[in-house]
Amino acid sequence: MTSTAAADRSVRVDHLTKIFGSGTTAVRAVDDLSFEVGPGRVTGFLGPNGAGKTTTLRSLLGLVRPTSGGATIGGRRYDELERPAAVVGAALEAASFHPGRSARDHLRVYAPQVGVPDRRADDVLELVGLAPAADRRVGGFSLGMRQRLALATTLLADPPVLLLDEPANGLDPEGIAWLRGFLRSLAAQGRTVLVSSHVLPEVEQTVDDVVIVAHGRLVHASPLADLHRLARRRVRVASPDHAGLDALVHRAGWATAGPDAGAPPGDLVVLDQDAATVGAAAFEAGLVLHHLSGQDGSLEDVFLALTRPAPDGTVA
Amino acid sequence: MRAALLVETRKITSTRMWWLLLVVMAGYMALLAAGLAWALTQADAALGATDGPAEPLTPDAVVRSVYTIAVSLGYVFPLLIGGLSYPSEVRHQTITPTYLFEPRRSVVLAAKLTTGGAVGVLFGLVGTLTCVLAGGGVLAALGEPTMLGEPGTWRTIALSALALTVWALVGVALGSVLTNQVAVVVVVLAFTQLVEPVIRLVLGLTSWGADLAAYLPGAAGEAISGGSLYSASGVGGDLLEWWQGLLVLIGYVAVLATVGRLTTLRRDVT
Repeated sequence: MTSTAAADRSVRVDHLTKIFGSGTTAVRAVDDLSFEVGPGRVTGFLGPNGAGKTTTLRSLLGLVRPTSGGATIGGRRYDELERPAAVVGAALEAASFHPGRSARDHLRVYAPQVGVPDRRADDVLELVGLAPAADRRVGGFSLGMRQRLALATTLLADPPVLLLDEPANGLDPEGIAWLRGFLRSLAAQGRTVLVSSHVLPEVEQTVDDVVIVAHGRLVHASPLADLHRLARRRVRVASPDHAGLDALVHRAGWATAGPDAGAPPGDLVVLDQDAATVGAAAFEAGLVLHHLSGQDGSLEDVFLALTRPAPDGTVA
Repeated sequence: MRAALLVETRKITSTRMWWLLLVVMAGYMALLAAGLAWALTQADAALGATDGPAEPLTPDAVVRSVYTIAVSLGYVFPLLIGGLSYPSEVRHQTITPTYLFEPRRSVVLAAKLTTGGAVGVLFGLVGTLTCVLAGGGVLAALGEPTMLGEPGTWRTIALSALALTVWALVGVALGSVLTNQVAVVVVVLAFTQLVEPVIRLVLGLTSWGADLAAYLPGAAGEAISGGSLYSASGVGGDLLEWWQGLLVLIGYVAVLATVGRLTTLRRDVT
C-alpha cells in the first residue's frame, strides 16, 4: 500500500436512490441512502436479503447507474479513478469466474489492468490459502474456494479500500474464523473494509461499525457498541398457572415476546424488565413460578427489530 | 488501452474455446475443400452425366471456389469465436470484474474488437490454408491444375483470410448487442446456415432482388475473396467488388457495435 492519505480511503454514499424498471413495475431498490465508511475499521453493511446492499455496492462501483444521488471513494466516482481496481478491491459474488480458467489464470487475466506483475497472482493465492489449487480449473471449486479466490482478486493490487459482498457465504466455520482474522488484519493496516451480510451474528465478532439498511433505506449507523445499547433486556418466566401469568403480565403492562423456540408451553418472555422486578411481582400476586431468568438482549433481536417492516409497511 | 488489449488476449488464451473451434473449423474445411475439389472436377465423369453443364468450369474458377470455401461455408467459426466474446462474459458473470478493472466500457469494446480481429486473422489463415492444403492436395492427386504458381491465386487466398478476419469482428459487434450466449449461437447458426442462403436464393430469382442480395453479409464476405460457391453454382446473382464487399461487411461491424454501445453496453450490470 502506498502513502495514500486517509481521506482518500473513505467511502461515501450520498442520497443514493436507485429505481429499477419504470411505471407500475418500478422497484425502489435504494431509497435516499447516505452513510460514510472510514479507514482503519471493519464496517458491517447489514440488512435482510433484498434490502438494497448489493445495488448500493454496484452503484458505488459504477456498475449500476444511480437514479439520483451518488457514491464516492476518496471524493471521486469509481469511474473517475485512475486504475480504480488498484484503489478499490471489490468482490461482488462468488460466481464471477470462467469455469474453464485456472485460479492462477483468472488472476493473471486482470493483472495488467492494475499494473502488477504476473507473479502477484501466486502471492495473493498464497495469502488466501489457495496456492495448492492454483492450477485447478475454477469450475471444480467449492463455494468456499470461490470466496477465497474472489478475495484474492480484490487483493491483486493491494488496494486501500475493500468492498466485500457476503464474503462469508459458503465458508465453513474454520473459514469464517480465518476470514475474521484476515479482515481484522486488513483494517489494522489502515484499510477501509466494508463487509456486507444478511446475518448479523456472522460478522458480529468482526466489525467495528455497522450500517444497517432495510427496504433500501438506512435504519441505523453507529459503532457496534452503540447497537448493544439498543438491545432490550429479556426475562424468561414460566408458571404452571398460565392464566395467572397472563393476567399478571397484562396488569403490569409489560411488553412480551413470543417464547423462545423449543420452550415448553406456558413460557413467556417479558421485555425491558429485569428478573428481580418480574419475580417480586409474581410473589406479590401469589403466583408459582417454575422458571425465572434474565437475559441480555441479543444483537440479532435488535437487528431483526430494526429491519422488520412495520404494519403500515414502513420500516421501524 | 494496452492493458485492456493484454487482458482481452489473456481471456481468450486462458480457456480452450479458441483452439477447439479452430480445430473443428480446420477439420470441416479440409473435408469441404477436398470434397468440392473432387466434385467440381470429377463429378460429371463419376456420375456418368452426358447432358452435363454447357461449359465446364475453368481451372481458375475451380481453385477459386475450392480455396475460398471457408468464406462461403466456414465463416460461422470466426463469427462464433468473436460472437461469444461478450456473451461468455455475461454468462459467467465475469463482465462484473471486467468493468471493475476497466470501467470505461468503450475501451473494453475497442479492446474486444481489436483482439477479436487478431483471433480472426488466425482463424482466417488457418481456415483458408487448410482449404488450400486439402483442396490443392486433392486437385494435385487428380492431376488437375492447382494454380498455386499464379499470383492471382495467392491474392484470392489472402483476401479469403481477410474476409474471415472481418467475420470475427462482425461476431464481436453482434455480441455487444445480443449478450445471451444461446441467442447468439442460435442467431449465428440460423442466419448463416439457413436464413441468408434462402434469402439469396429467393432474391436471385427476382429481377430487382439480385442487386440487393449482394449486400447481405454473407454475399459481402464472399465478394471480398472473390470466389463464391453460390456464384459458381449459378445461384444468388453477382457479387460486389472485393473492396465494396469489405466496406459493406465493415459497415455491419460499425452499425452493430454502435448499436451495442448505445444500448446493451449502457445497461446496469446487476
